[in-house]
Amino acid sequence: MTKWLEENTPKLVLAPSFIAVLIFVYGFIAWTAWVSFTRSRLLPRYDIEGFIQYERLFASPRWDTALNNLFVFGFLFIVIAMVLGLVLAILLDQNIRTEGALRTIYLYPMALSMIVTGTAWKWILNPGLGIQAMVRGWGFEDFTFDWLVNPDMAIYTIVIAAIWQSSGFVMALFLAGLRSVDGEIIKAAQVDGIPTWRIYTAIIIPSMAPIFLSAFIVLSHLAIKSFDLVIALTGGGPGYATDLPATYMYAMAFSRGDIGQAASSAMIMMMVVFAIVVPYLYSELRTKDD
Amino acid sequence: MKSVFFGAVSATALIASAVYAEPQAEVLHWWTSGGEAKSVAVLQEEFASKGGQWTDMPVAGGGGDAAMTALRARVLSGNAPTAVQLKGPAIQEWYEEGVLADISAVAEAQGWADVLPASIAGHMKCEGTWCAAPVNVHRVDWIWANADVLEANGIEMPTTWDEFNAAAEKLQAAGIIPLAHGGQAWQDATVFEAVALGVLGADGFRKAFVDLDMDTLKSDEMKAVFDQMRTMRGYVDDNFSGRDWNLATAMVMNGEAAFQIMGDWAKGEFMAAGKVPGEDFLCASVPGDGFLYNVDSFAMFDVDGDDKKAGQELLAELIVGQNFQKVFNLNKGSIPARVDVSLEEFDSCAHLSAKDMGESSDNGSLLPSYAHGMALRGAQSGAITDVVTAHFNSDMSSDEAVNMLADAVANSM
Repeated sequence: MTKWLEENTPKLVLAPSFIAVLIFVYGFIAWTAWVSFTRSRLLPRYDIEGFIQYERLFASPRWDTALNNLFVFGFLFIVIAMVLGLVLAILLDQNIRTEGALRTIYLYPMALSMIVTGTAWKWILNPGLGIQAMVRGWGFEDFTFDWLVNPDMAIYTIVIAAIWQSSGFVMALFLAGLRSVDGEIIKAAQVDGIPTWRIYTAIIIPSMAPIFLSAFIVLSHLAIKSFDLVIALTGGGPGYATDLPATYMYAMAFSRGDIGQAASSAMIMMMVVFAIVVPYLYSELRTKDD
Repeated sequence: MKSVFFGAVSATALIASAVYAEPQAEVLHWWTSGGEAKSVAVLQEEFASKGGQWTDMPVAGGGGDAAMTALRARVLSGNAPTAVQLKGPAIQEWYEEGVLADISAVAEAQGWADVLPASIAGHMKCEGTWCAAPVNVHRVDWIWANADVLEANGIEMPTTWDEFNAAAEKLQAAGIIPLAHGGQAWQDATVFEAVALGVLGADGFRKAFVDLDMDTLKSDEMKAVFDQMRTMRGYVDDNFSGRDWNLATAMVMNGEAAFQIMGDWAKGEFMAAGKVPGEDFLCASVPGDGFLYNVDSFAMFDVDGDDKKAGQELLAELIVGQNFQKVFNLNKGSIPARVDVSLEEFDSCAHLSAKDMGESSDNGSLLPSYAHGMALRGAQSGAITDVVTAHFNSDMSSDEAVNMLADAVANSM
């Protein structure tokens, strides 16, 4: 009996969460996939009708906009947040005196929820209240910064707010990475008279590859599930110029009673996530096998 | 002997439960803000005074989206509330899911067909049987104006869109924002349908937004509607994106802007600020003939048990009753759905609304508002709103807009 317990306790302890994940994650993914092949409207129906919802989805100009926005927003957000985070981390890494205080300041936006960030930036970027009004008040009457109300530029205001929120967190990740590089190697390089920028580009940054990967994964899933920031900052507007797949799905499922459309858009979102996560998992698992 | 005894006991129990069936009602609604919550409390008190037991189920948030999510969960688990705040074609949509009750007995006993305008009564019926009770009638096609601003600039309330445009040009030259507007999709749609009613006329409006007639959606008149929308985009200030409707109303109130096109809930904002209709602010229907209504109602869901059925019938009777219709609508700024309620205590805008409702009901121009979910199901009205708001917020041409409109409607079926 004790022996049996010894062998099986880990399985018993893990079983409930395993079952819960099986049902509530994979079970409901399967359910959503099923519903996406039906003509469900207000309530889910279960008669398979083929790919009709996906055809409707890709015929919808609003979904086009949402998907385009995801790629524009995701690309700019991930790249700029990582570059900015790295630069900040390297600057902080120069043994400056007030590092503790500065680190806290940069990390602080992370403590705010996206709703707060969105609302604050909504006021800052509002042409009648924020930056534009302020600069015009200084006497530059022709100054224009109306990205928030300009349908072609509004998506970039979301990028700005998201970067402001997340780059401090990326900085903290990179700072930890920089500190974990073996000091002996750096000292050896310094003895050899190698300039500091070469030490960074040739030694420190290449040895931080795993940190880049984690930062990338964290940022890309933040980008794909972005919802609250859009709702607070632009509400999807002007028009639907800043719609993202997540806000599109919410509108279909909860405002318009079109569950089939919502399910098919959710499936496409999941496939985008898989396209990013699967190569990562693959590389992770392979290195363990080696 | 024993079985007789048990039979007697259970018969007594049956009689007892029939006699003592206390009317019960669980009511799902999203009237949680000040004036609305007060209005619901009126119904609650009336219900209690008739011996009923009211279970309140307010679900705030998202303009009813949260409440609809709660309703879905309740219906799917086989435990629907007694009555739910629903409106327009959503009632028929739920009926098709097979979950609504038949309250024809109450409706016929109370003679609803005689006191409700025919087109509004139509929304309360599911395949001939009554399944919902109307609470109020909001008029959507109102134009509100600041009286002082109009007087100072020598402008009358416009009766055609050309007059409106001329007035707007004059105001703009005088440095006043002609049209107070908030750039949210539903507000764009509200202005759009007001313009459409004026340009297309009542029949054209019905063909376009009730029957979804493709020829009308692509017609030259529809292009003219989008042309007028483009003109009106020029009368809105640069800062309108995402503004809430009540902030736009405030702009009219303090003279920053001259006009606002909004339903009669805007009246509540003026009243709350102590403004007097006819003196401080003016109300008129937008240019064009017709009346766009937005009717709130309670749909009755299929429930088990005599106590709940009794509660449902009592509730339906009280909702359409004269007293509730008067008190509720005085609180909410709308007018009663039944036409035989005394309007003595109502203001001049409500009198105008009631008069126009009667006239338009007679000549067939009493029409459901598409922007407020009275004319079409969510998927179709949403598809139209997408096009309207995309056109209003970009430099899209009217030709492009009507093509997109037809495609979007076809794709939403």
